[in-house]
Amino acid sequence: MLKTFPKGGLHIPDNKLSEESPIKTIPLPKIVQIPIAQHIGTPPEIIVKRRVRVRTGQLIAKATSMISANIHSPVTGMVMKIDNFTDASGYKKPAIVVKVEEDEWVDGVDTDKSLNENIDYSKEEILSKIKDAGIVGLGGATFPSHVKLNVDNYSTKPELLIINGVECEPFLTADHRLMLEKPKELIVGIKIILKVLGIKKAVIGIENNKPDAIDILEKEVKTDPGIEVSALKVKYPQGAEKQLIKAITGKEVPFGKFPIDLGIIVYNVGTVFAIYEAVQKNIPLIKRVVTVTGKSIPDPSNFWVRLGTPVQHLLDMAGGIPEDTGKIINGGPMMGKAVKDFSIPVTKGTSGILLMPQRDSIRGEVQACIRCSKCIDVCPMGLEPYLLMNLTEKVLIDRAKKEDIMMCIECGSCSYICPSNRPLLDYIRLGKAAVKNELNS
Amino acid sequence: MDSKIIISGSPHVHTNESVKKMMYKVIYALIPALLISFYVFGLSALILTVIAIASCMIFEYLIQKYLMKIPTTINDGSAALTGLLLAFNLPAGLPVWMIITGSLVAIGIAKLSFGGLGSNIFNPALVGRVFLLISFPVQMTNWPKVFENRLSIADAVSGATPLGYMKEALRDGNITIDEIMNKLPSYYDMLLGFIGGSIGEISVIALVLGGIYLLWKKVITWHIPVSMILSIVIFSTIMWSIDPLHYANPGFHLMTGGIMLGAFFMATDLVTSPMDNKGKLIFGAGIGLITMLIRYWGAYPEGVSFAILIMNAFVPLIDKLLKPKRFGA
Repeated sequence: MLKTFPKGGLHIPDNKLSEESPIKTIPLPKIVQIPIAQHIGTPPEIIVKRRVRVRTGQLIAKATSMISANIHSPVTGMVMKIDNFTDASGYKKPAIVVKVEEDEWVDGVDTDKSLNENIDYSKEEILSKIKDAGIVGLGGATFPSHVKLNVDNYSTKPELLIINGVECEPFLTADHRLMLEKPKELIVGIKIILKVLGIKKAVIGIENNKPDAIDILEKEVKTDPGIEVSALKVKYPQGAEKQLIKAITGKEVPFGKFPIDLGIIVYNVGTVFAIYEAVQKNIPLIKRVVTVTGKSIPDPSNFWVRLGTPVQHLLDMAGGIPEDTGKIINGGPMMGKAVKDFSIPVTKGTSGILLMPQRDSIRGEVQACIRCSKCIDVCPMGLEPYLLMNLTEKVLIDRAKKEDIMMCIECGSCSYICPSNRPLLDYIRLGKAAVKNELNS
Repeated sequence: MDSKIIISGSPHVHTNESVKKMMYKVIYALIPALLISFYVFGLSALILTVIAIASCMIFEYLIQKYLMKIPTTINDGSAALTGLLLAFNLPAGLPVWMIITGSLVAIGIAKLSFGGLGSNIFNPALVGRVFLLISFPVQMTNWPKVFENRLSIADAVSGATPLGYMKEALRDGNITIDEIMNKLPSYYDMLLGFIGGSIGEISVIALVLGGIYLLWKKVITWHIPVSMILSIVIFSTIMWSIDPLHYANPGFHLMTGGIMLGAFFMATDLVTSPMDNKGKLIFGAGIGLITMLIRYWGAYPEGVSFAILIMNAFVPLIDKLLKPKRFGA
């Protein structure tokens, strides 16, 4: 029996179109636009000025508060503008625009591709390297990694490290390819994290639709008794932190608590690779793997992308923008965000760019709820989405709060499964926002 | 290009399932039982079905268009399904005007006056049936004999349902269950559906087949059929073991009357059953219990319809009290 979380979840057609496509390094774009708010927490402070030449890897925005992350220039070139630009959130936010000239790295960075296995640094050195490199969670939450890694912040002692290689979103293959192509680096990255946490045990969770990744990593961990690979049954949203912990350990992280309260720390494979590069190679976080995909995309691909690269550039590299494009999604089809044009830049949280054809972009006609209870069956948090939508519709926010609306992780399973095409999650988001506003006022 | 770009909240993909598809799956699941009813009762069963479906759809259209002045939903298949289920709960040969009256009550009162699909508290087809049963008790218990007058629409020779016969015989007294059973159709006939009754309730095998199809297609879950059947088996086994001379065995109860139709198609009606799985178990068990109470000690020989309607009334309460376990709680 493969492990999985017991309550809720569903199987969604995989559509992993780019799964066979190795991660390609693409030519640099002509300009990059680097938003400084790329993570959860305070945006860093910009420390460069217009008309200044920056080098690849040079610090351009410095973290000022505890929960914040540095940002480095992903290219070498001239700072053209520092202004507000629309990013994937749809809002205008400060960004640095650099005209790309070449790719000349700052000193002290080891750009050689060879593996560096020996971890020669102390816990404190590692933490400060991770902090300097501006690493945040690359699975989507974008929480600054050095904060999460600093065990002194916690009252509970960590016991188990879980590595999230689930990638349960349909279409996305960035983590899958990374596991296939950089298994040795990932193992070193895991050892670095284990060293900082002062623990011995790590479990890599991978869904069974990636048997090649399971095989490769299993081979790599054979000589490491502390690290094991856990093959999981395919079920959305297993990549959600709480569901993954439940699947692997059988423990449930209560509402309002964090994994560390159970002695567990979870890192995404992308983050682990970034940590490897930061610690072993002194490379700051200026690139990531991005899946560029969609049913009409000529050449669904995985790219090593410098942060700040416009989506347009990625699509050009994947064969151009299809005529019938109806939706541009930053992320996967279940939790990704629809954006309005191709100019938005890739940021630390961008795992994929998905184009949907017109015919798949239009929602079906909303009909009355027939009380089929499918939304309850699929909700991985044990909520009643139909009820939360009804309460929000009637502006009964107090009751929605009592019915635990704030527990919703916005995985979208309810809206996906509803045979009446009811916009359950839209309303639940609205209800959550209303609860938050009430708390604030 | 940009003008065609759509912005909406996630998720951006959707299942292929729709209300219409689900309704049609239920209709497909009822086809085996429908064919058996044509085979057993002939033309009159066909006429009953056609009239009930057509009048339910027409009433839905007329009421929505001219009284409620809202877009009509006759295309979603739910009115057709109500008509089919109403027909399944009526005896062959029922006067056409009564079928039409039953349809009007089902669609007009039980469904649309509550707000239409999704808002009705009581199962519309059963409200239609019970309305007719109370209003026209003679015609509603005029059960045509099986395999007779199949090609005619003239008044058929009337027979009795096994449950009706048993109720009367027990009321007359001085007779044991074994003697009654000897005069009833064989279990084999009950299984196939060669017995008197409402046209859709007779064939256990066809209904179970349809039920399995619905379970496989995930239109219904196992909770209501299993808990309803289990509670009937438990209750009837207790009574049967206490007094086997006056209480029939559980097998007889399962294979007669509307148990199978009720368990798989009427009680599982999505709109009028609880949302939570624990709630569904209680709902099903309650229906089984009330059915047996009526069968044993009620005025009517059969009680599935009443039992379902009574439990329908408890659904809002069940939904309020029984909730899924929250993650981490």
